[in-house]
Amino acid sequence: MNTFTSPFWSIWVIVIVVASIFGCAWLLWSTGRIKVKSKGPAADGAVSVTGHVWDDDLEEYNNPLPKWWSNLFWITIVFSIVYLALYPGLGSFPGFLGWSSTGAYQQERANFDARLAPLYARYAAMDIEVIARDPAARQTGERLFLTYCSQCHGSDAGGARGFPNLRDGDWLYGGTPETIVQSITKGRMGVMPALGAALGPEGVRDVAAYVRSLSGLAHDNLRSQLGKPLFMQNCAACHGADGKGNQAMGAPKLTDQVWLYGSSESAIAEGIIKGRNIDAIAGTNAMPAFGEQLTPAQIRVTAAYLWGLSNPAVAAK
Amino acid sequence: MSNSPSRTIPIVPVEEVDEVGLYEIRRKIYPRAVSGIFARWRVFFVVATQLVFYGAPWLMWNGRQAVLFDLGERKFYILGLVFWPQDVVYLSVLLILSALSLFLFTAIAGRVWCGFACPQTVYTEIFLWIERKIEGDRLARIRLDAESVNAKKLAKKGSKHAAWIVLSLWTGITFVGYFTPIRELLLAIPGRLGAWEIFWVLFYGFATYGNAGWMREQVCKYMCPYARFQSVMFDKDTLIIAYDEARGEPRGARSRKADPRAAGLGDCINCGICVQVCPTGIDIRQGLQYECIGCAACVDGCDQVMDKMGYPRGLIRYASQNSLAQAWSRSTMWRRVLRPRTLLYAALLMAIALAAGISLALKNPLKVDVIRDRGALAREARPGVVENIYRAQIMNTSETPQSFRLRVEGLPGIAVAGVEQPIDVGPAATRLVPFRIEVPMEAGAPGSHRIELIVESAGATPLQRRERSTFILPRP
Repeated sequence: MNTFTSPFWSIWVIVIVVASIFGCAWLLWSTGRIKVKSKGPAADGAVSVTGHVWDDDLEEYNNPLPKWWSNLFWITIVFSIVYLALYPGLGSFPGFLGWSSTGAYQQERANFDARLAPLYARYAAMDIEVIARDPAARQTGERLFLTYCSQCHGSDAGGARGFPNLRDGDWLYGGTPETIVQSITKGRMGVMPALGAALGPEGVRDVAAYVRSLSGLAHDNLRSQLGKPLFMQNCAACHGADGKGNQAMGAPKLTDQVWLYGSSESAIAEGIIKGRNIDAIAGTNAMPAFGEQLTPAQIRVTAAYLWGLSNPAVAAK
Repeated sequence: MSNSPSRTIPIVPVEEVDEVGLYEIRRKIYPRAVSGIFARWRVFFVVATQLVFYGAPWLMWNGRQAVLFDLGERKFYILGLVFWPQDVVYLSVLLILSALSLFLFTAIAGRVWCGFACPQTVYTEIFLWIERKIEGDRLARIRLDAESVNAKKLAKKGSKHAAWIVLSLWTGITFVGYFTPIRELLLAIPGRLGAWEIFWVLFYGFATYGNAGWMREQVCKYMCPYARFQSVMFDKDTLIIAYDEARGEPRGARSRKADPRAAGLGDCINCGICVQVCPTGIDIRQGLQYECIGCAACVDGCDQVMDKMGYPRGLIRYASQNSLAQAWSRSTMWRRVLRPRTLLYAALLMAIALAAGISLALKNPLKVDVIRDRGALAREARPGVVENIYRAQIMNTSETPQSFRLRVEGLPGIAVAGVEQPIDVGPAATRLVPFRIEVPMEAGAPGSHRIELIVESAGATPLQRRERSTFILPRP
């Protein structure tokens, strides 16, 4: 893969690299031929000087480098030539081995997956409810959860504002093992449309009061009665006429005490006016699909861990 | 030199101007065997250090190797102690202690480390001993090298290198045995050795063979930085290997019976033994040189000659430059060992060693890291109760299983929830525990509050660790 924006830069790099290698070789070769005068007999601890004189009488001593040391330099030159022939480094020339960091990463991943495959193999066909009863599988699932899911859903799977609690037994899309697997694999993009314009400011307050009345929260009775027909007209299609929600499309149940964005009247009104997750299509604030990142067996183990969290009695058996 | 066919070497060197290159070809050095008190000390240090090096991996402790650096598990076992990467400060302390010891010993007695205990010297000594056993002493070796290739020469050289290689490989195996349990390593040698183990056995073995067999003094002269900074660690009161010029000069050969004073000679008979025994090939009579590794072989060599001549020993001896210049007595010279520099080094050394010892003795085998979830600031657990989410990394660095309890202090009504207590952590293991902390809404003002998490075990020796974190109360 050529990462340069124009072929000039590749040639530029090649010229610099080749010139440097030849420059080093020339330096070694030429300094190896220099002979300097040694004053006096060597046995007397006499010194040799390079002939370099400064300030009339300062002379540079010749402290000869051992020959084997300069041979090491020759070895590095040979090494660099062999290296540049085999590996990428000379401009965009990929090297005869065809090695690349992307390839090395994929190779490493494949090796790692191959090592993990036997560990997960026994879960591939196992029933998720059975996996949930296996303590070792639950530990693996917890680690997968902490790595991939906890950033949004919290380390305890308790969720946060806008991110569902996964341990309370209440499910937007259903809590059967299969739907959990589906949610992880394909992701979820439930959208609450903005109804502020359609309902008007008073209408919004009326509907909010009615919604609060559904779960028995304190509310303005008059507004709630005014809101009921508006609810039937605008909201019931998704949330159901009785407000019990619709798991097929992820419309939350409005009759319980579980509130994804808070139960206060202002929070409910905000949801009605602005909608929720309307950017989900663009990818923000949506549950991402993990089918690409995790293997089906890893997803099953994670789903089993989550299913066990909301069915502790079954999982503990 | 001239290339005249007759190999005459001029006896009287003439003042001639020679041409030399910027690179020099190594002249092989044939150190002559020497015996004496310092040679015996060197043998003692060679045996002592190598008993430790080759022997330590075989010691067992609590059913595991006593000294084992398990890089894969990142656990470093030294006798009863288990160090984790978090304990890297002890490595720094060890390095600081080593550096200070080097300063102290060098300030007092020069490069004693180089001459007696440095692996380069120790392995060169061992390799030289093998070389002497097979090829003979200095003169025999020079003669052997001058011979043209023949069966006897090949046999001697071959067996020498074979012996060196066997020793080098064993050294490599021992080295890797500090990182892979040595008993498993030996059992794995027939074909089941890992690639990295093979690499390191061969690499360390090759380094031993190359450095002690071939490179020898070249390592000290050109690779080791010590020679180059010895001048900043020496002063005029440092004991160095010194030639007593006042007593020795003018040097010259003489009969044993002749009175040197009458002949106008000093005590040096110019026999050249001091040069022949020198492992770096220098003439100590030229004074302190950076090549001198302070091995005192010339001291032993010269003392033997002085004995034969019937002169007092110590023409070459450990002496400070001050004591030579001012003709001090031994006791005056030794009193100068205690001077501000050495006292400061010694005081620092003892202070740090003491601090490290106390710290090791009080080392808490329980380590805890607490990380607050960043995804959510605070959640309403149920009406009137706020919860924050945390992860605790509980590390049991002891070699016994432990069972810990988690509690929290810092706000009224604060409590830990969502975790099964007690938390069991296996020997030398780590456990990651997600948990919640619950606080009544009215416990404090909205905002961040300091809390303290306490992890403690109820074992025979109660372990406890307090770790600070924060709790966030939201605006109502």
